[in-house]
Amino acid sequence: MSADLQTITLPTGKKLEVHTHLFINNEFVPGHGPLIETINPATEEVICAVHSADESDVNAAVEAADKCFNEVWRKVAPAEKGRLVNKLADLMERDKEELAALDALDNGKAYTVARDIDITESIGCFRYFAGWADKIHGKTIDTVADRWCYTRHEALGVVGAVIPWNYPIMMAAWKFAPALATGNCVVMKTSELTPLSMLKFAALAKEAGFPAGVVNIITGYGHTTGNFLANHKLVSKMAFTGSTGTGRKIMESSSASNLKKLQLELGGKSAQVVCADADLENAAVMACGGIFNNHGQSCNAGSRILVHSSVLDKFLELFVKATDETIILGDPFAEETYQGPQISKGQFDKILNYIKIGQEEGATLYKGGKRWGEKGYFIEPTIFINCKNNMRIMQEEIFGPVVGIATFETIDEAIAMANDSSYGLAGGVYTSSVDTAIRVSNEIKAGTVWVNTYDIFDQSTPFGGYKQSGFGKELGKYALQEYTQVKVVKFQLLNTGL
Amino acid sequence: MSLITEITAPDGHKVTLNTGLFINNEFVAGSSTIDTINPATGKVLASVQAAEAKEVDLAVEAAHKAFYGGWKTSNPRERARLMLKLADLVERDGEDLAHLETLDNGKPLSNSRRGDIPGVANQLRYFAGFCDKLHGKVIETEGKLSYTVHEPIGVCGGIIPWNGPMLMLAWKIAPAIATSNTIVIKTSELTPLSALKIAALIKEAGFPPGVINIITGYGPKAGEALSRHMKVSKIAFTGSLATGRAIMKAAAETNLKKVTLELGGKSPNIIFDDVDNLDEVVFWSRLGIYANAGQVCCAGSRIYVQEGIYDKFVEKFKALALSGKVGNPFEEDTFQGPQISEGQFNRIMNYIDIGKKEGATCYLGGNKVGDAGYFIEPTIFTDVKPDMRIMKEEIFGPVVAISKFKDVDDVVAQANDTTYGLAAAVHTSNITRAITISNALEAGSIWVNCYNIITENSPFGGYKQSGIGRENGEYALANYTQIKAIKINVGNPI
Repeated sequence: MSADLQTITLPTGKKLEVHTHLFINNEFVPGHGPLIETINPATEEVICAVHSADESDVNAAVEAADKCFNEVWRKVAPAEKGRLVNKLADLMERDKEELAALDALDNGKAYTVARDIDITESIGCFRYFAGWADKIHGKTIDTVADRWCYTRHEALGVVGAVIPWNYPIMMAAWKFAPALATGNCVVMKTSELTPLSMLKFAALAKEAGFPAGVVNIITGYGHTTGNFLANHKLVSKMAFTGSTGTGRKIMESSSASNLKKLQLELGGKSAQVVCADADLENAAVMACGGIFNNHGQSCNAGSRILVHSSVLDKFLELFVKATDETIILGDPFAEETYQGPQISKGQFDKILNYIKIGQEEGATLYKGGKRWGEKGYFIEPTIFINCKNNMRIMQEEIFGPVVGIATFETIDEAIAMANDSSYGLAGGVYTSSVDTAIRVSNEIKAGTVWVNTYDIFDQSTPFGGYKQSGFGKELGKYALQEYTQVKVVKFQLLNTGL
Repeated sequence: MSLITEITAPDGHKVTLNTGLFINNEFVAGSSTIDTINPATGKVLASVQAAEAKEVDLAVEAAHKAFYGGWKTSNPRERARLMLKLADLVERDGEDLAHLETLDNGKPLSNSRRGDIPGVANQLRYFAGFCDKLHGKVIETEGKLSYTVHEPIGVCGGIIPWNGPMLMLAWKIAPAIATSNTIVIKTSELTPLSALKIAALIKEAGFPPGVINIITGYGPKAGEALSRHMKVSKIAFTGSLATGRAIMKAAAETNLKKVTLELGGKSPNIIFDDVDNLDEVVFWSRLGIYANAGQVCCAGSRIYVQEGIYDKFVEKFKALALSGKVGNPFEEDTFQGPQISEGQFNRIMNYIDIGKKEGATCYLGGNKVGDAGYFIEPTIFTDVKPDMRIMKEEIFGPVVAISKFKDVDDVVAQANDTTYGLAAAVHTSNITRAITISNALEAGSIWVNCYNIITENSPFGGYKQSGIGRENGEYALANYTQIKAIKINVGNPI
């Protein structure tokens, strides 16, 4: 059996020690599931193998979390919980480079992006929610004179979290931060494609001083480990980010097991609407990032761009220019790289297949469309024009650097096209008119609407989808209600009159 | 001339301190100096620079410049980071600060260490967490995008008292800074030292110049100038009712600056005969009046005991009062230190005299302790009547009046028969009684089966003439923000 700590070498030559076991009850313990090899998508080579959790491991983690919640964590003062979360943020700050390197290595995203966006925003997320820990307020509610009523916002208990591979640390932070601040214990299953950075995080959680059982991190496959977690009767809530297909399965598991609370953050096919009066240079730059950031592997990717016909040519010219100037492919550890490889062979094949479908459907391949380089799962930034909104490439989530551009004549038409989707995660509108900005953002059926920008996140503002993009909010004060349950207490005052 | 001085405490601990006015992140000389006295010995501790109108103006200008020069639009995460850093530094230098506090104010070192230092750090940390959580609302209005924003007010003035120097400083600074105001604090001329040490930490933490300014000076000079300054948009005051009135008047006569006041009290502590554990009740009640040598705005200075347990209560209360050592605040077993000054000492002794002349029985104490310093014995008056001056006026010393009651309606009426309304307490094991009496008492803080539990996350402030506004908790944010309502007309041509 392999030891927990393994030494790996980064492309820069630097050596890192990584944990590979399961983190349960503040200890790294062997897992009983199959060993999973994690691949470097830039080189297609194995980085190392990690342990995965079988049903007995999931049980052990959930039971540790449950015991800790009932006997220890619920008795810790809220301000102290906030302090621990802040301490964790401090440690992440201290080990920022290592965490970023692990994400870049395991996921393929550019190291500079991992460091300056993923890790930085994750640290910010922990600090934001640390501040909420001692500010979870119920209400007192006046009813009749001889009755005294108030609400308590209580923790749920054990929270199960299943996170994806596209932002390994950040997706974890979005779940851990509000869950811990509101007093829950967490068992998190990371993606088998990107297990490494969160195992480092686990060590930091222990170092920060969280009691054993508050933070538990296990690797495993969705259909096994994830499934056991989703069905476990001691888990009070599942928080999931990933595909709509898996989201449905988790909902079914909840229904079959203990009706655990759910929060699903699923896919999207978000539209960016470029109006005739838009600042086209700004729109081009923002829209470019909107689709190509994170190699198109964002649930909120603005993968449909709807452009007013009168400005299509100019916009397209600026959009291609922005793409050529910004979207530099290469080794994730090279300073100038903006786009690394797609996460895996499976995703790589899927995206290339959609590119083929797009051409077969009659869309015009305007730019890109091929593999980049010979090694690693790199795909060129790809632009389709002359798209119709009912094409598969305009309705189905591709999750790669592929954008479909269509035109519109009226704002009403643009709104209708934007909303003609089973998804509703995000949207964007580019315009200089106050009226248009407000009208379109009011009308788009999505959880986030950006105006004159895209893909800008902040820990204070909520994120979560309409329609089949899911339900529940992450980030912001709204996230607190996802991780608490409301109890009302009503005292009947006997023999009133003093 | 160096403004730096070194002070040595009786236990040998040395603290180095800059005695200047802290304006724009620098320590500068004032128009005059003030000697601050160690109330345990009556001797001068240090001479500090004092502000008059001229220096107040400099401080306000610095705060004004800092507000419009970037603090108003500062990144909330940066504000939070600075506040957390300051909390860390306060803890790092906790021993220095606790020693200064005990030297200057006379409160036992054990209290300064275990109460005031954590209190300051907790206050800063709590409000640091609010920096990026200031939410307005979007309000459904037909055809309009209608929303509110909660904006900072601008330059705030804070005038703080001598009874909890560090803590009162933190209570004012934390919510003001979190909501991106800038502030000028005038400390009490009786206790300027700990704030000067904290000023150095403010600079070390990295706050931009002018964001927090700390000056000391006499009320009629520096306090008056601050209350009247046309560029101060808000004033927060903790202190006496008389000064509170003067500040309100000053605001009215100048620029209608927003005013919050935290004034005095004559808080009732009501004890029913169905209490589970009389010893616990006695513990809380004693804490309620004798903590900080009675120099607490919410002190439970009127105790009402139901007749069935009156004798037993008084006996136990007296025993506990006597067990508390009154003496050198640097000794670990000291419960009660000196009163703050000769002036306060005389005032309290005068009230004791008044109580006797009014016909109340001085059941315990009533005398000075020792020769040096301003120590007074824990004092109990019994056989009191509601209209006695010692039952109506705030004494602000270790003097309690204990009454017997039979009728519940009557005791509640007596409890509420005061121009004050800062706090009140009720001790009972009956849940209905606990809630109904809490509902009936006219005070901002009600304690049930405890006393003096004051936390950074829960509002504190008075009804009636005990004050205006609430400090601590989310409620404090309202004191330092102003609401702007914006309505955007969307596509509605006439």
